[in-house]
Amino acid sequence: MQIYLPIAEVSVNAFLLFGLGGMVGILSGMFGVGGGFLMTPLLFFIGIPPAVAVATEANQIVASSFSGVLAHFRRKTVDLKMGFVLLIGGLTGAALGVIIFNYLKSLGQVDLLVKLCYVVFLGIIGSLMFIESVNALRRSRKAGATPPKRRQRSWIHALPFKMRFRTSGLYISVIPPLFVGLFVGILSAIMGVGGGFIMVPAMIYLLGMPTKVVVGTSLFQIIFVTAFTTMLHATTNYTVDVVLAVLLLVGGVVGAQIGTVIGARMPAEQLRVLLAALVLVVCGKLGLDLLLEPAELFSLGDEGGH
Amino acid sequence: MLRWIAALCLLCLPAAAAEEQVVLGLSQDRVSITANFDGSEILIFGAVKREAPIPPGPPLEVIVSVVGPSEPVTVRRKERKLGIWVNTDSVLVDSAPSFYAVATSAPFNDILTDTEDLRYRVSIERAIRSVGAAMHIRGAQEFADAVIRIREAEDLYSIRENTVAVDEQTLFRTSIEMPADLTEGDYLARIFLTRGGEVVSQFETVIDVRKVGLERFLYNMSREQPIWYGLMSLAIAIAAGWGASTAFRLLREK
Repeated sequence: MQIYLPIAEVSVNAFLLFGLGGMVGILSGMFGVGGGFLMTPLLFFIGIPPAVAVATEANQIVASSFSGVLAHFRRKTVDLKMGFVLLIGGLTGAALGVIIFNYLKSLGQVDLLVKLCYVVFLGIIGSLMFIESVNALRRSRKAGATPPKRRQRSWIHALPFKMRFRTSGLYISVIPPLFVGLFVGILSAIMGVGGGFIMVPAMIYLLGMPTKVVVGTSLFQIIFVTAFTTMLHATTNYTVDVVLAVLLLVGGVVGAQIGTVIGARMPAEQLRVLLAALVLVVCGKLGLDLLLEPAELFSLGDEGGH
Repeated sequence: MLRWIAALCLLCLPAAAAEEQVVLGLSQDRVSITANFDGSEILIFGAVKREAPIPPGPPLEVIVSVVGPSEPVTVRRKERKLGIWVNTDSVLVDSAPSFYAVATSAPFNDILTDTEDLRYRVSIERAIRSVGAAMHIRGAQEFADAVIRIREAEDLYSIRENTVAVDEQTLFRTSIEMPADLTEGDYLARIFLTRGGEVVSQFETVIDVRKVGLERFLYNMSREQPIWYGLMSLAIAIAAGWGASTAFRLLREK
């Protein structure tokens, strides 16, 4: 069944979109990640214009995170104060990101920017996760091994403007969370991702937040930042395709439920190795596209540009 | 009554100029892009009206072209910089049709001379104009060629020789396939009658390609009220996501 997408102006098979949404949904349910970083490149591969893919994915992430954050609110695992600090940084970052995005779009370099960002971040995160989870696997084989000690004090604690975050049990400067938020906001606007895959490690290792509030708080920030990004793209680029978003979403939500069930039955370490491998595969594919000589050296951009 | 006769006379005036004239029919003069639009096929058929007997000499040939709305296109070329392939040079092609299909009754070069092609801009190469190509960019022609190559690969441009059937030098018919990825606008259908490479008559009509219904509504809203469109997208997406997950959870709890 072909569906004509009104904004992307391409006709795609609706079942392909359901399938993609479902597949990424299963993965995101299994690994507890948003899946934006997988979905956006997949949308490039099926021929959705990158600008539309990024903007629409932001819209979809708002929706898919919404039911997640409700669940976390019920369990009281959202640090609202920390969430707002991250959010201030995030909104500023998203605005900056959209400005950068539109500037590079006028130069014709936006595809390159998006793909480079993906290669760099997926590469770093994938490798770190892979090393870490392989080490964890080894440790779990050796019985009686002690868990690694977390550093108690670092340069983070020397910064001014300290604030007390009661839910997280932290007394730290607002500068690091502001910067984490800002950085993730920029990425969200450029890459069409929620940024959970950057924010969650940053919150645990950099800010030292307790693991149980990390996911809820990051989802809280992600919803508002991606909603803001969606609005910015919708009003400056007119690239949000609501039909595409809804089709992906329906598949995604169902997939996520199935994925959660599968994920609960698999051991955590092996799951992390799998996720790391997956991230590296996507990164490798995008990297190869940049390194190998493309079959078609020319590309067409719409309207004038500069 | 007199006015009618006057109008008829006016209509007949150009007819007197050309000996042979096209009487055209279209299977549809409007293409509606609906939500499940996956391309369209338009049957173009017609007859040649003439007052005198069929002239001797080379037989009558027919060329049918359908042209989509023209827009400027930025063409970019990739080059290797620091080991990766990046866009470097770009050329603005002033006017390139978004869709271009030519159907002919015989090999194109046999039935239309270059001069006539230049005059009527029939072939794909002639339909694309690139006046503003910067001089400092080497091979500006390559950029125009790239537009044709890329759009041919997407089935947006095509030349289909020997696909117009002509009977008794009088009746002709062909069908033009239009892909799903159409830009909306006025599509111009042009019919040329040629003899010995010269155009003896031409006829033009417009095919209206429009988004309709929901497609029309969403597209207009996204351009005219982007803020409301953005808010609506968010609301719809949140409702759909929340609804689907709630429904699924209820199903599982049963």
